[in-house]
Amino acid sequence: MTARFLKEGTILYGLFGTWYNALLTLLSLWMIVEWVPPLLDWGIFSAKTAPDPAACRATFGACWGFIHEKYRLILFGGYPFEHQWRPLLTSIIFVVLLVTSCNKRFWQPSLAAAWVLALITMFVLMHGGVLGLPVVESSRWGGLPLTLILAVFGLGIAFPFAVVLALGRRSKLPVIRAICITFIEVVRGVPLISLLFMASVMVPLFLPEGITVDKLIRAEVGIIIFAAAYSAESVRGGLQALNRGQEEAADALGLSYFDKTWRIVLPQALRIAIPSITNNFISTFKDTSLVVVIGMFDLLGALKAGLNDAQWRTFYVEGYLFVAAIYFVFCIGMSKYAQYLENDIGRTTAKPS
Amino acid sequence: MAFWNDRHTRGVLYQVAALGGVILVGGILVSNTMDNLARQNIATGFRFLTREAGFGISEHLVDYSPADTYLRALYVGLLNTLRIALSGIALATLLGIVVGFARLSSNWLVARLASVYVEVTRNVPVLLHLFFWYAVVTQAFPSPGAALEPITGFFLSNRGVAIPWPGLGVPTLDGFNFRGGAVLSPELSALLIGIAIYTSGFIAETVRGGILSVPKGQLEAARSMGLTGWQVLRFVTMPLALRAIVPGTTNQYLNLAKNSALAVAIGYPDFVSVANTTINQTGQAIEGVAMIMAAYLTLSLLISAFMNWYNRHVALIGERS
Repeated sequence: MTARFLKEGTILYGLFGTWYNALLTLLSLWMIVEWVPPLLDWGIFSAKTAPDPAACRATFGACWGFIHEKYRLILFGGYPFEHQWRPLLTSIIFVVLLVTSCNKRFWQPSLAAAWVLALITMFVLMHGGVLGLPVVESSRWGGLPLTLILAVFGLGIAFPFAVVLALGRRSKLPVIRAICITFIEVVRGVPLISLLFMASVMVPLFLPEGITVDKLIRAEVGIIIFAAAYSAESVRGGLQALNRGQEEAADALGLSYFDKTWRIVLPQALRIAIPSITNNFISTFKDTSLVVVIGMFDLLGALKAGLNDAQWRTFYVEGYLFVAAIYFVFCIGMSKYAQYLENDIGRTTAKPS
Repeated sequence: MAFWNDRHTRGVLYQVAALGGVILVGGILVSNTMDNLARQNIATGFRFLTREAGFGISEHLVDYSPADTYLRALYVGLLNTLRIALSGIALATLLGIVVGFARLSSNWLVARLASVYVEVTRNVPVLLHLFFWYAVVTQAFPSPGAALEPITGFFLSNRGVAIPWPGLGVPTLDGFNFRGGAVLSPELSALLIGIAIYTSGFIAETVRGGILSVPKGQLEAARSMGLTGWQVLRFVTMPLALRAIVPGTTNQYLNLAKNSALAVAIGYPDFVSVANTTINQTGQAIEGVAMIMAAYLTLSLLISAFMNWYNRHVALIGERS
């Protein structure tokens, strides 16, 4: 049965070494031959890039003209057209900062300061009201900057809470432990969409009469609650992975709980937890798309708005592909980075002997 | 020594302070809410459940009409949620196992294709999957008269997907309608396809991780005893791998159950969707959100309990507790 001239362990052996592998290979090749050329034809050769729906309908190819026509709407939502350099600049600052933060050389207190400064700058840019920039209400924010704002602020603000919750969950004090466990498990047990509904219909009820809260902030509150509970579990993982000897040594030195936690436990535990927190960030980034359901125009919501245009309604595949590609690039970048960190930390962390 | 330097006393003080803080914040929120509700003339409590719902639900597994009560409407929604969660889990598991094994295949081409599938499905938001498939089902599929039949007995049309079902038989095309079989509405089809594909990528990774976690020596020992490839898989790899696969898969099942709430985004009347309509009609936001949370917490607990039972079942004898 086995072809003798193929050496075991080589790629060729894997492809044709056994009858079932040969069958699978032929099947895969058939699929590729059957699907890839038409896909290429659709996406490239027969595609139209001019923003003309009539020309698009005339060909069976992809209509990238839809993206051509609507990319400003998809990327920046309903932001005033002539001021769209502001969300563009905001997105660029976000991406540059995110990429910079991935490099371990920059993991210093000054990076945190840079983040705070950048977040303030971005808020001023988006909102305006100073330096002659006209005010743009947050209800008009949309597209990629909104997605980034929801995800980055969401996880950023949630993180301190997550650390407190994780420490509380491991506390020896039963009441504090019970409060933290209840919060974490209830939030993790319900869908994010129910938290967003809660934020949009219940927050107004919680506040005293006359105080109203912006929709963006309400959605952000829902995301923060969600991200805090999930990140708390990541941090707890880091705390559990930490060698017990570290804590015992700190106790033996007579450090207070605060000193022990702040100087010994957290710096090491958070380091271990970084890959898992990066994965949380990826989930949060994807989950921000749920704000569509409460009527906000993030990347996905803005695309839906673009597809509501009757002229372009039939070109949804192009639209979804475009937005999916943006999400994909961000997510795969971050997940490769988390994998790299995991290997790196495994290599550089001292093993208990 | 002053009493506040005593570790035990301080512990008690911290806890009293934490509990006090929670009660204080909770109290302020409750009192604000009561004020607001009183001003809007909304009575708190669950009495509204016995009132007439007055809205229709497009899909119901039990009898329902708009004249029924809110309670009945929510029950219909709950059954719909269970229906998506359970069939989604079955479909995602099936797909996930196939793709997980394919990623480990010694066949380079198959492994590459599987890993492209995993990366693409996992790194795109689940809601985008749903919108995309909903658009495909409603716009790209032909009308029932010209329904596609990729496999005998399975029909794809823009009015839904018809599949063979035990007790209902195999569907056949009769003019513009399907006869026999189970017909899934476009919303249900899109929801199932989207959720199952999204989750299958994660399950595939769990399956792959579990199989890779089996020590190589076990497989070599099994081969040297003369077991065939299939026997190694059945009696050595799978029993050992399942112990690593089951907990990870449980998490994915829980995520799938929670993601099924996105049905509301494409208009499938699941529990969240019905509860949302109820909230909008009655203004009973607190009760509505509380019921949504209670329903999903219960569902999560049930899935966890079942999977924990199964996990004990597959655990090594010595590790059973």
